[in-house]
Amino acid sequence: MSATATAPVAKKPTVTILAALAKAYQDIFSEDPKAITLGEDLADPEGGGIAKITKGLSTKFGDERVRSTPISEQAIMGAAIGASLAGYRPIAEIMLMNFTTVAMDMIVNHAAKLRFMSGGQTSVPIVIRTMTGLGFGSGGQHCDYLEAWFAHTPGIKVCAASTPEDAYGLLRAAYEDPDPVILIENLPTYFAPMSFELPDAGHRVPLGKAAIQREGTDVTVVTYARMAVNARAAADALAGEGISVEVVDLRTIAPWDRETVLASARKTGRVLVAHEAVKQHGVGAEIAAVINEELFGQLKKPVKRVGGAFSAVPYSKPLENAYAPDADVLASAIRDLLR
Amino acid sequence: MPSNAIDNATLLSIYKRAALIKANDERARKVILSGQIAMVYYSYRGQEIIPSVMGEILRDDDTLCTIYRGIHDMIGKGFPLRELWAELAGRRTGSCKGKGGPMHLTYPPRGIMVTTGIVGSSAPIANGLAWAARLDQSDRVSICTFGDGASNIGAIHEAMNLASVWKLPTIFVCQNNLFAEHTTFEKMTAGGNIAGRAAGYAMPGVRVNGNDPAEMYLAFSEAVARARAGEGPTLLECMTFRFFGHTFGDDDSYMPKEQKSAAMAADPVPALRARLIADRIATEDELASFEAEIEAQIDDAVAFALESPWPEPDDLRFDVFEKEIAA
Repeated sequence: MSATATAPVAKKPTVTILAALAKAYQDIFSEDPKAITLGEDLADPEGGGIAKITKGLSTKFGDERVRSTPISEQAIMGAAIGASLAGYRPIAEIMLMNFTTVAMDMIVNHAAKLRFMSGGQTSVPIVIRTMTGLGFGSGGQHCDYLEAWFAHTPGIKVCAASTPEDAYGLLRAAYEDPDPVILIENLPTYFAPMSFELPDAGHRVPLGKAAIQREGTDVTVVTYARMAVNARAAADALAGEGISVEVVDLRTIAPWDRETVLASARKTGRVLVAHEAVKQHGVGAEIAAVINEELFGQLKKPVKRVGGAFSAVPYSKPLENAYAPDADVLASAIRDLLR
Repeated sequence: MPSNAIDNATLLSIYKRAALIKANDERARKVILSGQIAMVYYSYRGQEIIPSVMGEILRDDDTLCTIYRGIHDMIGKGFPLRELWAELAGRRTGSCKGKGGPMHLTYPPRGIMVTTGIVGSSAPIANGLAWAARLDQSDRVSICTFGDGASNIGAIHEAMNLASVWKLPTIFVCQNNLFAEHTTFEKMTAGGNIAGRAAGYAMPGVRVNGNDPAEMYLAFSEAVARARAGEGPTLLECMTFRFFGHTFGDDDSYMPKEQKSAAMAADPVPALRARLIADRIATEDELASFEAEIEAQIDDAVAFALESPWPEPDDLRFDVFEKEIAA
């Protein structure tokens, strides 16, 4: 049974992930004087960020707390880390996820490890916000999903939202978390109205808790980010064929909610893991391995994985369309599991 | 610069720090050779005056981001010896519970916030501490130290530019010991000096003899005063020399013998000691008695370290995140 089947469809949703993130910033900065943010172009003289999420923030809260930066990702991450060591709560925007590669030393060697290496004397409570996702024809260096690199790094948490409520609640929870969190945002679904109301200021999505976005009994789809949007569409389409799909959006990719995933896998016996990132050596492999370790013998089919192709993200539209699964590809993978 | 530009009490105090730093390095090498502690060790012997002067001028709340060759900087800033040695020995009583080791020593009560094993990475983080100082409306300053080798890595340049455009109270202290790992300064560093690069970032860049207490004192005081007054960052290039190879025990044949023996003959710590006696700032007996005290302090710290318990394997689960994680 679909969780939203009984919801009234009196009007079309108006709230976007973008609006939810912008509200989260406003609420955080209003509530906490220790909130600071930095990144390329994000103060008002530079337009409030390329997606305008921080528009108005520097005017309202001052340009000492809301700072545009040079195009210097190492300097951005270093400044965020240093300020956090002195008790501030920086939100650092690395505009696009591919640009985190330029700052990997700061993120992986420092932000993620300082708590452990100092024996708990210091900590790095920062949020790294970064956008990505294919669909704009931006080719091989502007839309990769690199979450597996960070999920493989002890000391940093990795989140991704697929609804405005979760985007708001994850940013608020990530901000309050005592450790570094990278929040991966899907740029192409920023602008799609998905909800009716902005979340209220008390809304939080606890880190490490998945959401069952469609309840079902035949097949479990474990997914996150853009692919959760596709999985919901596939589930809704397959309901018409009498196939009952359970969609589990991890929301936190690391550390992930094993309990919810294993309970769903136990129930359906058939699991598809889907992500936009390259399938090989991806997060899906970890999830499939744990399901196998825990539920070997209880599954009706081997865990199936779908993901991005083993190539750079291509430019040409037909190639870009073929690169990662859409709702139709997910639907056929689900049907395969039922054969 | 006249060497009598600082008062006698300050000069004596600088010597005391330098003597402790030097003695600590000598003990570290001895302890490694004796097999009591196995560690990868980056000797700073020869570079003692720079951190001794910095320690003399800085306050506890001024912060330091240093590097793997940085124990001299930390002792100058007041790192307690027991916690230091227990960490070198990998014991649970070390400042980092044995989880960080010589390359990641940390001691926030004295502002020692980050020690990095990655060349150049002290600088971007120091900017954040400087930004926080300004947000706090404090006049504390943020120091990052690094070597001449780091002057050629991107992080330093990103950090110097940001510090300048944000006018941060960051002080970039380059300790130019003339060798980047095994490679000479001249061979891999364009332009002949590092201080000159500051001009490109519109900040003062000063090359000083880091082995001369008075020269170092005046230059560092000026940089600190500028930073405390909100006038922005400074790059100091402190000329010095590293008496041993990159890693203690390596084949240091890449260091020309004449250069090395000349530098060791001009060893700045005994030179300062001789001057204190010649200028009647201290007597031989006073200094000898102080040096004996230092040795006793180090004896105590080493014994404490070696008698301390090792960490338990279960400790791996803690300090990854604030809350314990599953193994």
